[in-house]
Amino acid sequence: MRIKAQVSMVMHLDKCIGCHTCSVTCKSTWTNRPGTEYMWFNNVETRPGPGYPKQWEDQDRYKGGWEYKDGKLRLRAGGPLSKLKNIFYNPNMGTLDDYYEPWTYDYENLIKSEKSEHLPVARPQSMITGKYIDKPEWGSNWDDDLAGGSEIVPMDPNVQELQEHIAMEYEKTFMMYLPRICEHCLNPSCVASCPSGALYKRDEDGIVLVDQEECRGWRFCMNGCPYNKVYYNWNTHKAEKCNFCYPRTEAGLPTICSETCVGRIRYIGVVLYDADKVKEAASVEDPQDLYEAQLDCFLDPFDPEVIAEAEKQGINNEWIKGAQDSPVYKMAMKWKIALPLHPEYRTMPMVWYVPPLSPIMNHVTNEQELNTDGYIPAIDQMRIPVEYLASLLSAGDTEVIRKVLLKLTAMRVHMRSINVGGIDPLNESKLLDEAGMSVEDIEDMARLLGVAKYDERFVIPTGRREMDDDLHYEQGACSIEDLAPPEGMVTYPFERGS
Amino acid sequence: MEGIFWWVIFPYLTLAIMIIGSIYRFAYGQLSWVAPSTEFFEKKWLKIGSPLFHYGLLFAIIGHIMGVFIPIEFYHWMGVSDHLYHIGAIYGGGLAGLMVVVGAIILLIRKMTIDRVRVHATFADFFSVISLIIVAGIGVYMTLVYNLTVVEYEYRLTIGPWFRSLFTFNPQYELMLGVPFIFKLHVITGFALFASVPFTKLVHFYSVPVHYLGRSPQQYRSRVGYKRRGLE
Ligand code: SF4
Ligand code: SF4
Repeated sequence: MRIKAQVSMVMHLDKCIGCHTCSVTCKSTWTNRPGTEYMWFNNVETRPGPGYPKQWEDQDRYKGGWEYKDGKLRLRAGGPLSKLKNIFYNPNMGTLDDYYEPWTYDYENLIKSEKSEHLPVARPQSMITGKYIDKPEWGSNWDDDLAGGSEIVPMDPNVQELQEHIAMEYEKTFMMYLPRICEHCLNPSCVASCPSGALYKRDEDGIVLVDQEECRGWRFCMNGCPYNKVYYNWNTHKAEKCNFCYPRTEAGLPTICSETCVGRIRYIGVVLYDADKVKEAASVEDPQDLYEAQLDCFLDPFDPEVIAEAEKQGINNEWIKGAQDSPVYKMAMKWKIALPLHPEYRTMPMVWYVPPLSPIMNHVTNEQELNTDGYIPAIDQMRIPVEYLASLLSAGDTEVIRKVLLKLTAMRVHMRSINVGGIDPLNESKLLDEAGMSVEDIEDMARLLGVAKYDERFVIPTGRREMDDDLHYEQGACSIEDLAPPEGMVTYPFERGS
Repeated sequence: MEGIFWWVIFPYLTLAIMIIGSIYRFAYGQLSWVAPSTEFFEKKWLKIGSPLFHYGLLFAIIGHIMGVFIPIEFYHWMGVSDHLYHIGAIYGGGLAGLMVVVGAIILLIRKMTIDRVRVHATFADFFSVISLIIVAGIGVYMTLVYNLTVVEYEYRLTIGPWFRSLFTFNPQYELMLGVPFIFKLHVITGFALFASVPFTKLVHFYSVPVHYLGRSPQQYRSRVGYKRRGLE
């Protein structure tokens, strides 16, 4: 047993209001330098829709993640030999057009233009070439709130898989938000795709990082990550990705996206897992078994044997305590209401999603009269098709989604009976039974999902500084000093010449 | 005297610049040590130009090892006749050289005409591509035109031994004096190109990631105790 700790996140999709605050604060923290304009370490997609970059889920094209073939787990885009063969041209990687051409506006014109009959305008100007763009045509959230509707929705790879027709009429259609960051996978295919060995997973907290000195710009990580969450900086020619705000988490603070999340949908906590089990778990044959196999890798932080072993392997008390209080452990492993995004990619993603429930219940007219038998079919009539959620969160296994939604429904009914009353106690207890939840668990869950405060949502033990050898030197130093251009340095092509 | 400059001082000087410059950049410039790809901006032309150029260069390097590093005696001992060798060298080498030149010209045109690529190309980028076209172009001319129309020049008796003598620190510059001009030019421009390596993107050729073949797919690293490559 090789015990490792992983800092991970849960997002409760019911509460996401699609405000993009997370994306904006992330951007202004990490990707506001030349070469990174098009990067969104955190982005929020409206689903159904093509996402960002366009159709990133289309693995026939990007060939991201792993596949299980002939009894072996291998990178879908090909192993080391085929990578070396393709090193001069990577056939599967996307280009800027799959993301979008970032632009700014020529604000100067507003101030400097001559007096004229018409108001001066600030024309959009490409941040890549400096040329004016007559008509911007795509952006990272161009299709926000189903903008572009029936033209753009069919580009969603999950919709293309879906058997049934998706209604696009305003009254009948559905929509949900999907905020995405790097998943900090247990079996990261970005790491395995890197010829230089510049990408690595940190021993202490499982955060996946790019060593900016060792990256040689071979770009296989870009599409090797099935979530397309590694980006190529055209200025430094190196790869960059979400770093889980490690300078913050090391200090016990949540990531900036979580800190500023308006809907308070995000939870951060530590889980313990057995690194020796990962490969085996990623190699189960049926993609629908991957979710269970991944759950099997996690260790019970209350088990005395696990605690003893973890201590022996150098995980300190604070981290074990963190794993015990972890909201992620509760939601993903104990109650099993949070699911991994696209487990079929076999990377074992570690950002977990509680599927949205709200739009569904609108269909249930008189909730008081519903019995258990009534709730289960109601789940199938939900506005967001269970099949769609299953295609995102459970490799198409609708049973998994149904179970989660039933638990969330049971929670609602129970809390309603406490706060409002009028629910038949027999029906309620039958519903709890069906959902497999005890009253204590349900109430605990309602608290965590509904009213939990900062300290309950974010349980982050501080980085283990005791092993650093050069603390005096590092005090006050900036870890990205060399990467961030000094204040006022002119690097844009259109600023260079003029 | 001129012979000593071109065939003793110049090669040592350029090689020294290349070696010391590369070590210095490796030690202090890890952040700039990359294969600065523009595939992210443009894929269609790169798909043709880049593999053509790089594979051509790979074959050309193998060809140079065969022609300059391996002594003629070895071929005689193997029973490869001079005529047979030259047929192989002319057609094999000629093809490799053409691949390099055509590939590099495609890349150069791409660099000049595609907006997104052009605005980010530096002087050093153009310098590298253009000098590679010149060096390889002369190489192709000697291999295909000179060898076929003038004479099958036996460089394994002159350039080869001279080149090897550089590495035994006993440079026999006299060997180079009677070499046809076009061959001399190829050698001199080649050495000049070597000297430019540490100052351009060409450094990425040192970093061919062969170790990828043998390493384990997953990489774990601790926050502390990792040995960095550069000195900074
Ligand atoms: S989601 Fe993150 S850790 Fe997983 S493969 Fe992609 S970049 Fe790597
Ligand atoms: S800040 Fe929170 S609520 Fe707003 S879009 Fe991001 S995840 Fe959703």
